Amino acid sequence: MDRRILINLKIDGKDIAARAGQTILDVARENDIYIPTLCYLAGTTKAGACRVCLVEVEGARSLVASCCMPVSPGMVVKTNTEKVRAAQKMIVELLWSSGDHNCLTCEQNGNCELQNLIYWLKIDKPRFAIEAPRYNQENTNIMIQRDLNKCVLCGRCIRACNEIQVNEVLDFSLRGSHAKVGPAFDEDYINSACVFCGECLQVCPTGAITYTQGKFAGRPWEMEKVRTTCAYCGVGCQMDLFVKDGKIIKVAGNSDYGKPNEGSLCVKGRFGMDFIAHPDRLTKPLIRRAKGEELQEASWDEAYSFIAEKLAAIKSASGADSIAGLSSARCTNEENYLFQKFIRAVIGTNNVDHCARL
Amino acid sequence: MTNSIEEFEFTDLILATGTNTTENHPIIGMKIKRAVRQHGTKLIVIDPREIDLVKYADIWLRQKPGTDVAVFNGLMNVIISEGLYAKVYVAERTENFEALKNTVEKYTPEYVEKISGVPAEDLQRAARLYAKAKRANIAYAMGLTQHISGTDNVKTMANLAMLCGNIGIEGGGVNPLRGQNNVQGACDMGGLPNVFPAYQQVANEEARKKFETAWKATLSPKPGLTLMEIMQAAGSGAIKALYIMGENPLVSDPDLHHVRAELQKLDLMIVQDIFLTETAQMADVVLPSASFAEKDGTFTNTERRVQRIRKAVPAPGQAKADWEIISELASRMGYPMEYSSAQQIFEEITSLTPSYGGITYRRIEREGLQWPCPTSDHRGTKFLHKDRFTRGRGLFHAVEYIPPAENTCEEYPFILSTGRVLYHYHTGTMTRRAKGPAQRYPECLVEINPFDGAKLGISDGQAVKLKSRRGMVEAKAKLTTKSAAGTVFMNFHFAEAAVNQLTNPALDPIGKIPEYKVCAVKLEKA
Repeated sequence: MDRRILINLKIDGKDIAARAGQTILDVARENDIYIPTLCYLAGTTKAGACRVCLVEVEGARSLVASCCMPVSPGMVVKTNTEKVRAAQKMIVELLWSSGDHNCLTCEQNGNCELQNLIYWLKIDKPRFAIEAPRYNQENTNIMIQRDLNKCVLCGRCIRACNEIQVNEVLDFSLRGSHAKVGPAFDEDYINSACVFCGECLQVCPTGAITYTQGKFAGRPWEMEKVRTTCAYCGVGCQMDLFVKDGKIIKVAGNSDYGKPNEGSLCVKGRFGMDFIAHPDRLTKPLIRRAKGEELQEASWDEAYSFIAEKLAAIKSASGADSIAGLSSARCTNEENYLFQKFIRAVIGTNNVDHCARL
Repeated sequence: MTNSIEEFEFTDLILATGTNTTENHPIIGMKIKRAVRQHGTKLIVIDPREIDLVKYADIWLRQKPGTDVAVFNGLMNVIISEGLYAKVYVAERTENFEALKNTVEKYTPEYVEKISGVPAEDLQRAARLYAKAKRANIAYAMGLTQHISGTDNVKTMANLAMLCGNIGIEGGGVNPLRGQNNVQGACDMGGLPNVFPAYQQVANEEARKKFETAWKATLSPKPGLTLMEIMQAAGSGAIKALYIMGENPLVSDPDLHHVRAELQKLDLMIVQDIFLTETAQMADVVLPSASFAEKDGTFTNTERRVQRIRKAVPAPGQAKADWEIISELASRMGYPMEYSSAQQIFEEITSLTPSYGGITYRRIEREGLQWPCPTSDHRGTKFLHKDRFTRGRGLFHAVEYIPPAENTCEEYPFILSTGRVLYHYHTGTMTRRAKGPAQRYPECLVEINPFDGAKLGISDGQAVKLKSRRGMVEAKAKLTTKSAAGTVFMNFHFAEAAVNQLTNPALDPIGKIPEYKVCAVKLEKA
């Protein structure tokens, strides 16, 4: 398809030029026209499953799912008619009634797409009887918690697992009202081939998949988000640290600008940050005042003086080349720069290396 | 990397060798899998282990550990003899082709099969597939470099890529996947014994003058010692003081018995770290430092992208950022370093490091820039060597196969390779203190082929002893076809089962990298 060909259409009375191959949803988003979605997940197969993104297209037999419908010349689209809203309300109310969406105890309260939809559609009461919870919570691992009673079967986790991370662990099982999401043989994550990248957790629109350790640790609006770069392998994933009261509560991939990880993370980045607040962290300088003695706590002042005196003595007795330094592939550029400057300019030797080879 | 991470997803062929990508660089692994599943990219895996990527591969060559040069020369033998190489590229952009051709001539598929165990027919298929791809990307990691022939291995890969015109193009290249968050940056910043920042040689008078002027100090023209040489010099008494920032050589270095003995001889050992690591426990002074979440700064990733880290939480107790500690120490030693922020240090770096010259904190606030980025209007470099190599023409290095330093024998009949697993990282100081990864992978496992397990009466989960000429460790057996018969694999994350008691400190003569991927061991029930 030639993507340079322009297609003229109208959305909510506005004349718009779109590119061939774009969907109504793509074009609406580009033009700041809001169409709600739920099962839509950028970068994956268009499922058209939830029908929340329905719009009216002049001449069409029925309402169409804007996430799947490609634009065509002369199309007239309306996103906010009574018919559209009635259909969206019906869908959302049915989703609401089919699960245990109790926001009082839900970690996603304030960050839930279903809750937002109910609010946006101004639904003040569920029209249908709410089904009793029928699944046990999955608490068998300490990274990802699953509560299928809150699952709306949008399939985003499945597409994230298969199409984004290509781990090919999750899928739907069973049929009709028994349908549910999970690994093969209905196993818990910990007993499956799951590698705990947490992509499913990151894309879940409700509280069905959440951070086990984030439970009761902080509400979405209490946490500050700090963007940083992962400190594990050399990929340099961009991530957000969610911080409350000086503690990191959880970690999510940052997709604001894309490169290099487009919002994805692996198990180490997402669930490997407990070490930061670990009680084993060193908090004071330690000195072994004489060989054979134990390490003892000391002040910074004492530690600096101890090192400065000893290094100066060794340098004057045995020369600068009797001193060496190991810099670190774990520290920042600024620190590596200063470290080699210290060894070269202050000590006076080129004996500086790091574990690049290990 | 010559090329960029995003290019893995949009190329015609990926040759992955010596990289267990889905475990060690999962996000790059993800892109390789997406390329195969969604974009029709062909995948060749050359690896002694049946890693996850094998499931996605069109061709898997399982060579005997340490026979990589033979395999690569064999691929080139087929490509040259069948006339499949990029003749125009070779003529216009490279030199020394004749020497390469002469060397690889004897590496016929049959000869290579004898050395490496790779079936001649598979080698031919792989060679044709690679040569016929319009754009082919080679990805490698420590599986290729941690050999006494590590430098040779990299040269033969570069030869192969140049032979088929794959360097200097988008989607191509020779791409080392760097294992640590800032190993690229540590090298760029001159954390190496022979170079200043941006690889300016300490032995070069002009470069030295430049830094002497900037730093107002007299600098030594003599290249220093590498890590392994420093350890040996500590043992012989030539090195008396060692200052270690954020490293744990007592778990990560080969032949640990020796390393411990060497470090014990030091008059002064300073360790600056976030935990009391095995190495810190031996130190005379331990300085508590801030973790990456407790400070500002930059890391440079494997695709040369300089990215920000930002302070999110306060450092515990009296811990300080490494740059603050170094500055204070320098000042105490009569060399004032007065920096008020990491940003101020970065500005000094960019004034002395041409490849970083155009990078500022402001410019990388949103998205990092890839060096070379020499000027403030330069948009960074997605892939290197476009139109010309750094030295002008690309030089083919004719390389002969040499066997690993240690061979199996009657007493030590198994080949041991070491590496990482998905859930842990390096010496485990961080991941083993993270509840999730520690739950998923709580103890050290030795991966043994079920055939060998049956032969020795070892069952899954049983404790086994591994012995080499240098030491002995105990761990639990995991029977898996991931290891070929006659080989075992062990990770180095668990200090209590430190595989580096066993490993061979034989070094690559140029890269000075130890041969972690091949040593001879004996395996028995514990």
